[in-house]
Formats: sequence, structure tokens, C-alpha cells
Amino acid sequence: MSGSIPEKNSLIPKICRVVGRRVEAENVVTLCLEPETGGPWQSAPGQFNMLYAFGVGEVPVSVSQCASDNEPIWHTVRAVGPVSAALCRLQVGSTLGMRGPFGNAWPLDVAEKKDVLVVAGGLGLAPMRPVIQHLLTRREFYGRVVVLYGCRSREAIIFDEDLAAWAQNDDLELLVTVDRADQAWGGRVGAITTLIDSQTFDPQSVLAMVCGPSLMMRFVVAALTGASCPESSIFVSMERNMKCAIGQCGRCQYGPHFVCRDGPIFRYDKIGSLFRIADI
Amino acid sequence: MEKLDQIISKHPFTKGMKADHFQTIAGCGRNVVFNAGDYIFHEGEAADHFYLLRHGRVALEVSVPGRAAIQIQTLEEGDIVGASWLVPPYRWAWDAQALETTRLVEFDAVCMREKCDADHDFGYELMKRFAPALGRRLQAARLQLLNIYETAD
Repeated sequence: MSGSIPEKNSLIPKICRVVGRRVEAENVVTLCLEPETGGPWQSAPGQFNMLYAFGVGEVPVSVSQCASDNEPIWHTVRAVGPVSAALCRLQVGSTLGMRGPFGNAWPLDVAEKKDVLVVAGGLGLAPMRPVIQHLLTRREFYGRVVVLYGCRSREAIIFDEDLAAWAQNDDLELLVTVDRADQAWGGRVGAITTLIDSQTFDPQSVLAMVCGPSLMMRFVVAALTGASCPESSIFVSMERNMKCAIGQCGRCQYGPHFVCRDGPIFRYDKIGSLFRIADI
Repeated sequence: MEKLDQIISKHPFTKGMKADHFQTIAGCGRNVVFNAGDYIFHEGEAADHFYLLRHGRVALEVSVPGRAAIQIQTLEEGDIVGASWLVPPYRWAWDAQALETTRLVEFDAVCMREKCDADHDFGYELMKRFAPALGRRLQAARLQLLNIYETAD
């Protein structure tokens, strides 16, 4: 769980090309990227890259599919500011800059032989997608695999095809809920914490990985600890304010931690005291 | 065929309940089945029942003129359906629709209120079992209002 050691040239972006583009939801786009030279990039589930929209700026984006010999790397971006909006506008054939990968990975080794609870909210499913793929690929190394996914509405759900496939896969249990829906939805409606209430897991043998906006994670962690899950068995992704990605600029400082260097994945008992500090 | 007592005893709501309280509640219950699309109750009607959900799914909804009903919450096996019977004016606050074939145990709320008034120990026991479920639903409703999936930046 220690932070990664950046390469010497980690501040120099590599040029890469958009070879695939998929609209996931309103203002959410997945870009499939291949390097113009070298590659593919090797990254671990949970890591992030800095994506550079030329002439606009750079933002951290987590990896939603790790590159392999046969597959490009995927990044799923929500347009919330000028840079992310510029990235979302890129079309197949466009180029952008990328540096990374940075940060640490989800504790998939620690999770071996345990039940694994993956809890994702909204766009938080993007960094969890490689985790779920890993768990399914190495299924025999894990106990129960439960995936809980919450979204504002049906329209905000991302990775429809994956969710449909996972729902049919007996190797995992998938529960999806939305905050509001009409009768056409047909699925669960309610807060994501109600899915944790409904889960019967052995608190002593589960490892939970939680990813989503900080407010969502706060209440999910409260539900997990309320269900007797030890704080040391809960891992959260604290992607926030990352800029240089190598622990130099201080923009992502979180108490004594630099999220880009020491995280973004943290064991909850290491940062729990910071979770409710409003001004941090 | 499974007896009603056995069915009720398997529901989480009655877990650990004293025998005399269990007999009191079981005496007010009966099995009911709703098909997909059936309404269990409608907003504004007298809340003269509550239900323990055995199998199936139920949506709590609010109807909106000129458009599809909005679902607020879905309930599943092990849940309680209906709390408006607890507090005046004893009217349902929402519509409840079965989303699939749904089996429940229906309890006569008028009978239950009378028994709560007559035996405060029983009434307190019942409230202790309803209160956590209502607390969780209140918390969940607040989270739904907050839009906790919105990113800060």
C-alpha cells in the first residue's frame, strides 16, 4: 500500500491517440487510448493518469480499464470543468497528453481468501471496473464477491454492458440501486446504504473497497462500521485536488498525506479521523 | 403446508420476540398475495394494515398527473411494508405497488393498535422493532435528497 515511485520523466506527457470513444451517460465519456510511441502502459487497478487536453490543461483521471497486449487503456471522464469538458469533446483520432500511472492500487493481494465487497457510487464505478475484472479473472482466490452500485438515476448509470454481463455472472453478486426512478426502471430504488443493510456478510472475513464522492463514502463507511465491519478492513479512494501527481505541489495534501503520492487508496483506519473535518 | 405462525417466525421482524408477544401479533395476521402491478394500498386511504414482506418486491410510489409514477423506495424480502398505521390520522402517505408476485403477511392495524393500548409492554416491544426500520428509512431518504453521488469539483 505504499505510494508509487514516479519515473524521472513523470512530468513529461506522452502523446496518445483516441482509438475509441463511448458516451456512458450525460457528460460522461470513456476514451480508449493508445500511445503514439511505445506502450502499452502497465497500470494496476486503482491507479490514475494525468490527462492533458492540449491548450487547456491537465486533470487526474483514474484508469477504467488497464492496458494489455490486446486492449488499449480506458479512462472515463465526466465533464465538470474546462479540462474535463475538453477531454470529453475529443473524438476518435484526436490526440492528448498523458503522464503516469501514478498512485497506489487497490489491495487485491490483501483481499485474497476473503469475501470482497465492492461499493461504488456514480462515476466511482470507473476505477472499480478493473478491480471487478481482476476479481473475476482470478475468481478462485477470493470468497464471495459482492458489488454494490448506487446512482442518482437510471440515466446516470455507466458501463451498462458490463453491469448486464455481471448481473448474469454467477461468480459475483451485483446489486444496483438508484435514488429516484419511474415505473420503467424495474430495479431497486433507495440509498446505497440500504444495500449494505441488506447484506449478510461475515464482518471478520470481508474486505470492503469503496469509491465515490466523499459524501457517499462517508455514509457508506458509517453503514459498514455499523454492520461491524472493522475500520482496518475498509479501503477508500480519496481522489481529490491532485495536480502534480508526484507529491511536490501540495495541492492534494490531506492531513499528513499527499493523496497523489500516498494514495489515492487509503485504509480507512489510517485516515478516518480526517474524514469529517470540513475544512481539510 | 407451512402454518402462519411458522411463516411469521421466520421474518426478521419477529426475531427474538417473547412467546406471548409473538402470539399476540400472530393472532392479527393472515397471508396475502399480490400479482405484479397490483396495488397493496393507495395514498390517502385508511392505513388499517401493515405487512411483513416474505417474497417479492414492492415499490413505494407517488403518482404524478400526466406522467409515470415516481418510485421513492423499493422493499424486499424481510422488510416491513407500511408505517402510517402507527400515527394519526392513520392514512397511507404513498402508493405501494407489487413489482412481481409478492407474498406478505397482512396484519390488522386496528386490532394491533387496540392491543398496544391494552398492553403497553407489547406496544413498546412493537415500537422497538418499528423504530430502527423507520430510522433507517429516514436516513436513506435524507441521503437521497442530498444527491451523494455529485462530485465536488
